[in-house]
Amino acid sequence: MYKYDNYDHKIVNERVEQFRDQTQRYLAGEIADEEFLPLRLQNGLYVQRLAPMLRIAVPYGMLSSRQVRKLAHISRVFDKGYVHITTRQNVQLNWPALEEVPDILAELAEVEMHAIQTSGNCIRNTTTDQFAGVAEDEIEDPRPWCELIRQWSTLHPEFAFLPRKFKIAVCGSTEDRAAFLLHDIGLQLVKNDNEELGFEVFVGGGLGRTPIIGSSIRKFLPKQHLLSYLDAIVRVYNRYGNRDNKYKARIKILVKAWTPEVFAQRVEAEWKHLKDGPSTLTNSEISRVKSFFPSPDYKDINGSESADKVAEIAADNIAFKRWLDRNTQPQKQSGYRSVTLSLKPAGVAPGDVTDKQLETIADLADRFSFGELRATHNQNIVLTDVIESDLMELWQQAKESALATPTIGTINDMICCPGGDYCSLANAKSIPVAEAIQRKFSDLDYVYDLGDLELNISGCMNACGHHHVGHIGILGVDKKGKEWYQIQLGGSASKNASLAKVLGPSLSRDQITDGIEKLLDVYVENRIADESFLSTYQRIGIEKFKERVYAPST
Amino acid sequence: MPQVLKDNCVVNDDWITLEESSETLPSGDVLLSYDQWQGFSEQITRHDGSVGVIIDGNAEIEEIIEPLLKLPLIAINFPKFADGRGFSAARLLRERFNYTGEIRAVGGFIRDQLYLLSRCGFNAFKFADDTDLSESAKSLKDFSETYQVSVEQKNPLFRRR
Ligand code: HEM
Ligand code: SF4
Repeated sequence: MYKYDNYDHKIVNERVEQFRDQTQRYLAGEIADEEFLPLRLQNGLYVQRLAPMLRIAVPYGMLSSRQVRKLAHISRVFDKGYVHITTRQNVQLNWPALEEVPDILAELAEVEMHAIQTSGNCIRNTTTDQFAGVAEDEIEDPRPWCELIRQWSTLHPEFAFLPRKFKIAVCGSTEDRAAFLLHDIGLQLVKNDNEELGFEVFVGGGLGRTPIIGSSIRKFLPKQHLLSYLDAIVRVYNRYGNRDNKYKARIKILVKAWTPEVFAQRVEAEWKHLKDGPSTLTNSEISRVKSFFPSPDYKDINGSESADKVAEIAADNIAFKRWLDRNTQPQKQSGYRSVTLSLKPAGVAPGDVTDKQLETIADLADRFSFGELRATHNQNIVLTDVIESDLMELWQQAKESALATPTIGTINDMICCPGGDYCSLANAKSIPVAEAIQRKFSDLDYVYDLGDLELNISGCMNACGHHHVGHIGILGVDKKGKEWYQIQLGGSASKNASLAKVLGPSLSRDQITDGIEKLLDVYVENRIADESFLSTYQRIGIEKFKERVYAPST
Repeated sequence: MPQVLKDNCVVNDDWITLEESSETLPSGDVLLSYDQWQGFSEQITRHDGSVGVIIDGNAEIEEIIEPLLKLPLIAINFPKFADGRGFSAARLLRERFNYTGEIRAVGGFIRDQLYLLSRCGFNAFKFADDTDLSESAKSLKDFSETYQVSVEQKNPLFRRR
């Protein structure tokens, strides 16, 4: 994991002091509300329905056990003893007091964390694959590149007041697990014919009111030019992005208006002036940053032998087998597996995790995963590098702390925004809908039979819950002051990204779980062999689903 | 005498700005809007003082800048502080067009932006309201180290660490 040196410490500490001073001046009435707004946003501080919320950056989702213990401590001392994992791999506190935020930031700085640019119209946390470094289909570890981008974007002098927020994701594998096509900039690590490393650059993806899939503007950007090219893109956006209407201010709208071809030309023209300048990455810097992500000290394990042994244990223990099948996956290092700790037990807001659980997670990471872990964009926690023969012990400990719900990748592993329980923009609540679905589909055999299914819930069209890219998406809408839910079908955040289509008129809260059940019936009746929900939908189309859901009840 | 924060010091500001409708050019150092500067082009050739121009952050810098580069002062106007185009504009002036005169922030920018503005090449700050200049100057020193290339730091941190 990246380790701060004196420079990093200094910058983050000075940021804490800057914000402490700003908060004091604000509380003394010396800074107007509208001026304090972007200052606090750029330090992760929202003011929501019930209290302020503080979003803490988790660069590309990586956390050390020490950091997680600090988060547990902060949530206990400054909040109500739990935190929320967001869809951008960050951590959110729901109830901090404004006066205490500078102290929280100071505590975070002690463990090399901050809340810089987690909100506001600036470059946000860069995200990536939660299986970086261990994925079997990895082309190149994305984390060093994410760290380089983190440093480049942190307090960038020119880009603190963009037209709108700006999100970057990096994909280092063949499968996409970072939804990079739905980011303002999506970077795909690629190798050219000479085996040289570079990036295919996509721009203009995004969710929100106007969901758009990103367009490729450069097939191959040699790696050393990464930062100057990013400078060029963001400068073009900063200068020409719409600033009159906040709903048209994202880069996706500019790219669409100009066309991706013209946008690419403008970027290339700007880049001509920046290319080969001092921001060009040096080999020594690339190696320096890469050196923070070494392969841990793997043991030499006979992979097939150890897999057989685990399978043998699993054969006698159905609960363990379910967990093994759903919540763990192989790594490129034989004899090791990655484990997803589920934050989706029924009855808990998806992604919420308590101080006690955080401490358990930290202990598990120390015991089984070289002291590191990852927050995922599906709002779970991943422990990598677990020796297969340790899985049983890990499972037992995770189970005790309600971290082993064996439903990863199923309908019950939904992505869900905070919705009407917390968010002042919400049209409807989303957390109770998630819970109702989890309770309705509690029969695990049925859930496994449905297979991989992404269900995403947002409480309004801002789409924090990614409903546009769920195989099943649920969107809260407001009808004459009542909460209703629109169902969308067929979205996907994979490499073949697609946006979901609206099924039909929205359903009331009482109707929603029955509606979902009908969709699932149509799938089960129509699937061929082990076809997934998404593939079945793509093959048979939306009509059959629609007929069933809106059929008059008999 | 009105004051301005310039090169880290609070100094008297001698620049005269004109009403948009003004038809004559007063004597002394005048700071003109881009339109006025074009309108007075003939008088300017005989003018007894210095001339500076205010451009907007969203100006097509590449197209208009050539004749302005010889002026001692270019001011960049912030319609509101959240409008970040002026940051790019200043960097273009300094880094692409090698402008070495005064670049002055005018309009709606705020004290808490001074550090970033100065990194983008602004060296003078004229607040639209009565913001305390010597207090504000503290914000110029919010940070002592930075990751990126910028006008006052030609090398990114990774070339120095
Ligand atoms: C409760 C406080 C929150 C508020 C007020 C809020 C507000 C918004 C708004 C206004 C947008 C649309 C922005 C745009 O399209 O320009 C948005 C998008 C988004 N938010 Fe939130 N959000 C909140 C919490 C969260 C949380 C907790 C998460 C993660 C679980 C999240 C993740 C996202 C994501 C991933 C997007 C879509 C990114 C995109 O537009 O491309 N938000 N949010
Ligand atoms: S999707 Fe809407 S309701 Fe949900 S968190 Fe975002 S803004 Fe709030």
